[in-house]
Formats: sequence, C-alpha cells, structure tokens
Amino acid sequence: MIYFDNSATTPIDPRVLDTFVKVSQTYPGNPSSLHQLGRKATEVLELSRQQIKDILNLKNREVLFTSGGSEGDNLIIKGVAHNRKLSGHHIIVSAIEHAAVLNAAKQLEKEGFEVTYLSPDKNGQIRPETLSNAIRNDTILVSIMAVNNETGAIQPLNELSDILQKYPQIVFHVDAVQAVGKQLESIYLNDRIDFLSFSGHKFRGPKGIGFVIYHPNRHFDPLIAGGGQENGLRGGTENIPAIAAMAKALRLSFDNINQCQKKYIEMKNILLNFLDKDPDFYVISKNSKIYTPSIISFALIGVKGETVIHYLEAQETFISTTSACSSNRNQPSHVLMAMKEPDEVIKGELRVSLGPQNDISEMKNFVNQLEKMKDKLKVFI
Amino acid sequence: MKRYYFDHAATTPVAPEVIQTITKSLIDDFGNVSSTHYFGQREKLKLRQAREVLANAINANLNEVYFTSGSTESNNTIIRQTALSRQNQGKHLITTAVEHPSVLKVMQDLAKKGFDVTFLPVDDSGTISITDFKAALRPDTILVSIMYANHETGRLMPIKEIGQILKNHSAWFHVDATQALGVTKIDVKKLGIDFLSASAHKIYGPKGIGLLYKNQNCVIPPLLIGGEQENKFRAGTTNLPLIFGFAKAMELCDSKEINKWVIIYQEEKRELVKLLTELGVDFAVNGDFNQALPHILNLWIKGIPSNVLLPLLDLDGFALSAGSACTAGSAEDSPVLTAMYPNNLIRVRQSIRISLGHDNQKADVIALAHAIAKRVNHFKRSKEKAVS
Ligand SMILES: Cc1ncc(COP(=O)(O)O)c(C=O)c1O
Ligand SMILES: Cc1ncc(COP(=O)(O)O)c(C=O)c1O
Repeated sequence: MIYFDNSATTPIDPRVLDTFVKVSQTYPGNPSSLHQLGRKATEVLELSRQQIKDILNLKNREVLFTSGGSEGDNLIIKGVAHNRKLSGHHIIVSAIEHAAVLNAAKQLEKEGFEVTYLSPDKNGQIRPETLSNAIRNDTILVSIMAVNNETGAIQPLNELSDILQKYPQIVFHVDAVQAVGKQLESIYLNDRIDFLSFSGHKFRGPKGIGFVIYHPNRHFDPLIAGGGQENGLRGGTENIPAIAAMAKALRLSFDNINQCQKKYIEMKNILLNFLDKDPDFYVISKNSKIYTPSIISFALIGVKGETVIHYLEAQETFISTTSACSSNRNQPSHVLMAMKEPDEVIKGELRVSLGPQNDISEMKNFVNQLEKMKDKLKVFI
Repeated sequence: MKRYYFDHAATTPVAPEVIQTITKSLIDDFGNVSSTHYFGQREKLKLRQAREVLANAINANLNEVYFTSGSTESNNTIIRQTALSRQNQGKHLITTAVEHPSVLKVMQDLAKKGFDVTFLPVDDSGTISITDFKAALRPDTILVSIMYANHETGRLMPIKEIGQILKNHSAWFHVDATQALGVTKIDVKKLGIDFLSASAHKIYGPKGIGLLYKNQNCVIPPLLIGGEQENKFRAGTTNLPLIFGFAKAMELCDSKEINKWVIIYQEEKRELVKLLTELGVDFAVNGDFNQALPHILNLWIKGIPSNVLLPLLDLDGFALSAGSACTAGSAEDSPVLTAMYPNNLIRVRQSIRISLGHDNQKADVIALAHAIAKRVNHFKRSKEKAVS
C-alpha cells in the first residue's frame, strides 16, 4: 500500500497513540473538577499548552484548544468580525482558502459584511500588491493561509505582513493547518500575525482536536459558549487525551525535520522527472521554492482525476483529486479556477501529498504505476 | 490509599472496551471519510453503522443524528442557529433558570441581542411547573429549551408534558439530555423532542465527541461551516475513532444494562441515605429522591460548608463535587441550588453532589458514608472546642 494523501489526513504516529491511550487511562478526570483527579487533568491540560508554546517558541501569544481546523477558522473569522463590527464591515480573504474560511466569510456576507476575495497569481500565491490594493478604511480582518492544501504554494506571509504593518488596526489571521512539519516556522510565526489555526490530524496527531494561537489583546466573540473553559473563550469539557497527544505529535513533527525535507525534495524530483518528460502530464506544483515539496499537484490531460484515483486505488495506492472536503461532490477546484488554469487541467487535477512515514522506494513504485497506467488509459487521451 | 470516584456527572472514566475500539480505529481507519478513494468508502459504511447505534438509542432516524465535539457545541448550535433562522417568526425563547451554562450563556447572549428570553423558575425540588410553562408560552415563542434532568440534583423535568403541549404549537423543543443518556431510555419521537444534545464522556465514552439530534423537518444553518461533512451541517474532518468510541459506549449502555444500573444506583443511594441517618449526620436531600436520575444525589450536609468538607474528603480519597464541574472551578455559589433555595444561602453553601457510576461498589458507598460522618463530627467537635 502507498498512502500519498497526507494533506487530507495523516496516520497517527504510534508514539502519539501511546500517549492518547495512557492519558485516557491515567487521567480520567474533568479539569473543571476541584478534586485530585480534576487537578491532575488540569495539569495535563496546562502542561500540553505550555509544551505547544515552547515548541513554537511563542511570545506574547496564547494557545486555545478547539475541535480542529474548521472550528479554529470559524471561531476567528466570525468571532473577530462579530466583535469588531462597529469598527468596520470589510473583510479580506484569499480566493484559495480552505472551505472553512471561505464559507465562514460567505456566512458573514449574508449578515451584511463585505468580503473581498484576493486572486492569486499564476503560481498560486497572493501578491503583496494585491492585498495592498484591497485594503480600505473599514477593513477589520485579513485571512490568508500559510500553505495551500491543493498546490502546496507557500504564501509570502512576511511580505504580506509588511503591508499590514501600516494598518495596525486590521486583524491578521492565518490558516496554518497545512504548515506543520514543513520547516516554515520563520514564515508563519511572525509578530504581525495575530491568529493562527491548526489541526492535530494533519501532523500525525488524532482527529477532532486542534488549536488556535491568539493575540491576548485582539478580541473575538466565542463561537461556543459554555462552562467557562479556555478562559471563557471556548466552552466544552476539554478533550485531555487528544490534547496531550496533539502536543506530542507537534513535538515529533520536528524530529528529523531536515532529513524529512530532503526526502520530500528527492521524492518530488523523482516524480517531476517522470512527469516533465511526458507531455500528457501537466505539473502545477513546479520545481520551485514557492511550493512546499511534500504537496505535488498535477494533471493527466484528457483523463478525469477520478478515473486515475480509482485506477490507482485498485493497486492500493491512495492519492486524491482536490481537497478531501470538496472531492466528495466532484466540484471543480476553486483553487485552480482562481489560478486560471485551463479547464482540462482542472478536470484532471491530482494531488500527491507526502508524510514522514513515506519513503523514496514508494515514490519509485508510484512512478512505475503511473507509467503502466498511462498505457492502459491511453484510449482516453 | 484506595481512591473512590463519585463525580460521574462531571465525567466518567473511559470503558476499556471503548479505549480498545478507539485505538483500533486510530490504527486502521486513518483515511479521511471525505476522500473518494477506497479508504473513504469503507469508512463511510462504518460511520453509518455507528450513527445507527446512536439513532436507535434515542429512536431517531439515521439522517437526524449528527456528531459534534460535545454537548456544549450541540447546545450552542441548536439555540443560536434556531434564533438566527427563526427570528422573523418570533423572538421569544423559553428555558429554565437551572440549565447548564452552555445553554444559559447562549440564552443570556441572545437576550442582549434583542431576543426575549423567559427563564422559568424552579420549585424547591428543582423542577419547573407546567402552569408556569403554559403561562410563558406565546404565539411568537420559537424555541423551548429544557434539560431532561438537572446536572447538579438529577431532578427530572416534565419533558413528556411539555412535548405534549408543544405538539399544537410551532415552537421547536430542545432537550439537553447530557446527564440522562445512558442512564434512562429516551425516545425522541414519543416525547415530541425536535432537538437533543448529549456528550460521550458522560457515558464511559471519550471526551470531545457529542451528539446532536435534529428532527428532519427543523432546518437550521450550521454553526461550524466549511467542508461538506455531516451532510453539510457540521464541518471538520470526521472524527471516526471517537465516533466509534461513542457508539461502543452507547452499545455498552443498551436498554437491558440501563435497567440493571438503575436498580443498583437506587439501592446504593438508599444505602447511603440510610447509613448517614444511622451515623447521626444531619442532612437533607436537595431535589426529590424519587423524581431524579438514578445516579445523582445532592445533599445538604448541615453545619459544614462544602468548600471545607470536599477538600477533606478528597484527602480521604473521595472525589466528589459541590455543583457542576464547570462552576466548580470558580468560587461562585451554585446557580441551581440558589434558584431552588433563594432564601437559604447556608444550604446552598453546605451542599455536595454524589454521582454514581459503573465503577462504584456498594462497599464504596458505605465507605463514603463513614468518611462523611467522620469529617462532619470532627468538624463539629473542633468548632465546639473553639467556642468553649
Ligand atoms: C446538562 C449538561 N449539559 C451540557 C454539558 C456540557 O457537556 P460538554 O462539556 O461535554 O460539552 C454538561 C456537562 O458538562 C451537562 O451536565
Ligand atoms: C488549509 C486547511 N484548513 C482547514 C482545514 C480543516 O481542518 P479540519 O478538517 O481538521 O477541521 C483543512 C483540512 O481539511 C485544511 O487543509
């Protein structure tokens, strides 16, 4: 089996699983309880929070736990907008955001907010000028992702932050769900970024848990009100085992990260060497530093992405078409449309996404499979 | 030292079978259900089976059961989004003064935003009166949100009667059944319930996963929007391992088991009350011993403040709480007991909640009664000494 769909979700690391099970058994209490079991659960909760702050070397930022990336995105986009609606009604998001950001923005449009969707350049990056031109007097929030989940395009967050330095009143949110384990900390952790959202299952942690990094002086309305947990910012009994497991997964994502990156580059080269030689293949995530090497998007022109997926799956090889959330409904990728890719590329989009558990021999096998597949599928081309 | 856990209303330990189910799923089912490839498809089938378990447990249809991150999220979704989508039909909501904060806070927030919210009072047994409810109901009432039973006293609410009354009214009926699921049989169709919330970690399942039942005729927009998971009603990568853990926990509490536990809990509660009396402890039941969930007992231990008694019992190895876990963290008086005994602050501050679970034995309850008696007598003697 070859699993190359790590941007959709990653297999949990066995050491993380171990933490999950141990914490489930050893710390059964509710952190809000005052007795010993409650206090022990609180210790695990706060220790995990501190670990995350230490690992990411956070200063002047706090960590809040959520049920995942979608909740983090909804919380910040809607929470900031609702909290600041007296200061302005204008929001800027990129057109290539994940559905969690885009649909939250669309909900706000229905409530009367105005949203500008920034188009990317042909490489799939948001240009600083584009942002600069969109800013208005009544802009309250900008949300731009760190790494695009379909193309792997790394967004120039430092340059975008430079623009926003001139507008201290604007809140800057970054969806960093795809950024972990890719050596991009110097890009997504800068002082101008107020909020970031993360999701545990994208870096070999459990599903159903995530976190938001927030600026303590930037206010937002809670999305889920309740028993005062998370400083009153997010109600609900804390998922202690998953939180501890996620903190561990985050730490492990930095293990051998140099070697992992090297491995991804080598694997991407193997794939691109094959794809570039064959004119029927079209590469979106080209050989450039713009793209994180572990996400490679391409198309077999004239063959629907789905056909390829199903062909490969019969050989126990798993890749995807667009992002998992929209692939269910066969909607064309909004990311490639925003990049103005030709129709046949959009229809044929394929995404390979790598993780630490993958190795070079798998990529070699994958290329062989692609080669054989092309012979079989020639009739379609 | 042996440790005793009597705080199951706060959270339950995860059943070993449930941990096994979750672990297995974490290893086997790592695909994303939303992916079109094989992993996605196989897991979709298993997801359907898990949903069936929950649907059957409350007699709902398969397409009426959604997974959330817990009751708090379910409560927020149901109340906020109903208010948002029905505000053209009316701006009046009814709830009780003793709901969990995840209902109360949302209601208070809506009240600030121009909605008219009635907070029904409770009597000294902790329940609401049907007369009050009927008087509060108006043509522009859009939502009635009443818990199945209270989390601090276990006191049951007249759910069946309210469901009956609402059959001829356009208001939707929401029931927070977080404390009731797993200890009592709930039939949403028979009771006329339109929305129901519950959390897995109160029934020996994992934390961070919950249930939202929604009558298929009640349409509200999602609170968490994004991907198309949960039939577009709740975004976020489907949390299969915890969903399977939830279903497993629900299976372990099936109806036969429920009856068994009801009998055991009732007997343990009777034993506790009997022993406390025999040991000379001066106490009273907050609520109604018989009209309550079987596993919760709230007692006024006269003469000793709970913030003195509970840390002492904790030292003796007994974990229990004063009010709900959520209000426990803060030093506030229990809003539930305050609503029941508005003129008796002493009673509010001298009350403790004992909540039983599968891991308690009758011997544990006997030990608890003795520990309470010992601490109470010791406290009283030292106070008498101080006076003399
Ligand atoms: C009645 C009631 N409703 C809602 C909740 C909230 O559940 P959770 O913390 O799992 O979201 C609780 C428990 O804390 C409860 O007892
Ligand atoms: C960029 C991005 N943001 C947000 C999400 C949503 O994360 P989750 O499904 O864990 O809620 C995803 C993944 O699905 C993503 O790739």
